[in-house]
Amino acid sequence: MEKKWEELSSDERQEALFQRWISPEGVEFASPEAEKLYKERTTRIKDAIQLKKLPDRVPVMLIPSFAPAFYSGLTPHDVMYDYDKIKTAWKKFFMDFQPDTHGGCEVPSPGKFLDILDFKLYKWPGHGVSPETTYQCIEGEYMKADEYDALIQDPFYFLSFTWASRIFGALEPLQTVPHRASIFEMYGVSFPFIPYGLPPVQAAYKALLEAGNEAVKWIGVISSFSKEMPELGFPAHQAGPTKAPFDVIGDTLRGTRGIMLDMYRQPDKLLQAMEAMTPIMIQTGVGAAKQAGNPLIFMPLHKGADGFLSDKQFKTFYWPTLRKVIMGLIDEGVVPLLWAEGGYNSRLEVIRDLPKGKVGWLFDLTDMAKAKEALDGIACVMGNMPMDLLTVGTPKDAREHAKKLIDTCGKGGGYIMANGAFFDEVKWENLKAIVDFTKEYGVYK
Amino acid sequence: MEIVGQRFADSEYFIPDLVYSGEILKEITDMVKPKLAKAAEVKRVGKVVMGTVAGDIHDIGKDIVVFMLDVNGFEVYDLGVDVPAQKFVDKIKESGAPIVGLSGFLALAYDSMKQTVEAIKDAGLRDEVKVMIGGGQITEEIKKYTGADAYGKDAMVGVSLAKKWTGAK
Repeated sequence: MEKKWEELSSDERQEALFQRWISPEGVEFASPEAEKLYKERTTRIKDAIQLKKLPDRVPVMLIPSFAPAFYSGLTPHDVMYDYDKIKTAWKKFFMDFQPDTHGGCEVPSPGKFLDILDFKLYKWPGHGVSPETTYQCIEGEYMKADEYDALIQDPFYFLSFTWASRIFGALEPLQTVPHRASIFEMYGVSFPFIPYGLPPVQAAYKALLEAGNEAVKWIGVISSFSKEMPELGFPAHQAGPTKAPFDVIGDTLRGTRGIMLDMYRQPDKLLQAMEAMTPIMIQTGVGAAKQAGNPLIFMPLHKGADGFLSDKQFKTFYWPTLRKVIMGLIDEGVVPLLWAEGGYNSRLEVIRDLPKGKVGWLFDLTDMAKAKEALDGIACVMGNMPMDLLTVGTPKDAREHAKKLIDTCGKGGGYIMANGAFFDEVKWENLKAIVDFTKEYGVYK
Repeated sequence: MEIVGQRFADSEYFIPDLVYSGEILKEITDMVKPKLAKAAEVKRVGKVVMGTVAGDIHDIGKDIVVFMLDVNGFEVYDLGVDVPAQKFVDKIKESGAPIVGLSGFLALAYDSMKQTVEAIKDAGLRDEVKVMIGGGQITEEIKKYTGADAYGKDAMVGVSLAKKWTGAK
């Protein structure tokens, strides 16, 4: 009899999730060729990550930001406000370049949804930045310095009501909505519902309903893309994202300045809050992976990069809860793809402390020879196709750099060719050169 | 603050330490300022116009360079983020600063930097100023692409370049 999920070891869970990804249920492949490509591609990535078997060749991923829009002559504004254009552009991009995976097409968030809720956390095309510009985060103290206890005691309430009422202008009235945990019996049962009868709160809920409708329209396009791409032979290289607890608090709760002052003024509270966020970040990744039947979960890492924190600060504040999230994901069979934006040269020794064949490390500007040396036999390394080269280099430069990467990092498997940073408008012939060269030169004989 | 800057240059201090030192200084200044008759005159070694280029709103890197230039004796005109090329040109004219620092985190900044350098050139100021650029994805190749004079991998390189160009020690 088949073992229950609870009885499986983390190895078996990973294998089970990979098998669901390699042999997906309900996918009607467009052709036998598409099915063959799909199986080859998923197996290739599995082998590169697990470090057990040499893949047939170095896998190649392209992880674009708004690049597919630019490639189709569209602006970020165009695709954020006309959802149908997202699918056409993203499909064309992956069909033309033929990397081993597609990354979903969720990058262009629905513009009208953001308008309805009056999203404060970002500037987006036509709303604070020009239509040709991608969205960018506005740093701020969306959580105040004295609110750690509120976050630690009940992260769900804090994030869903207090924080949400600040990052969405239309939800500001929700800050008056009381905790419903105060209902115990008939006496007073209606008290916590009084705010729902007041016009501002009702307006906030009306905005929520409208925003929900917009989100449903948008996800219709996104899911039809995600359904069609595997049928055409492209597996998705992620089931969804999760984050390091330090980045959760430093990016959009306390902001860079806020979290850095907290490291001095209230380090214990900060550490406790990151512990409180840890299970939530694990669950975010595990839930997405199980739902999609895809073990790969991206984790963009921000504030632990070289120069941001000292060695000691990294070891005290950044790595412990990040490692707990990674281990929590691994335990459930999930494969975190850790995207070390910026440089990670000074972190290589610390990040070696992980079990073998369970994660991928995607590097942006890290010295790849050193990264490979440090992680050899521990983890698959990925990335490092540099932004400057993609933007102003030539296809010849691209091939030369790709060759260097395959020679250095590809040895013995455990390397995935990919861009180092999220990209928008680049020289398309360079992308093509990287993919084609990897397919030719990256074959293991 | 000079000591803080030096420790940052020596990789003894990192960004949290700069942020915290800056916060302490601000709190002290707020307390002391009303009691001072006149702010002490600081001798300045040179002028620099700084800003994050058009389309990009990232400020962490730019702020560090501004801080490091300031503690090293430079008068810094900080134009903030998402700064149009013309604003750089206007400030160069107004301040007479011989150095311009262009910051950018996104790859779209490559073109904004290039356009800013061109705008400086079109205003007939290219020979009057040295242009340095910096940011997460800035390299030698991008320096060439934008037409800047130099790029800095970190804030300390920015300070050395400014010192070299002004002849300050």
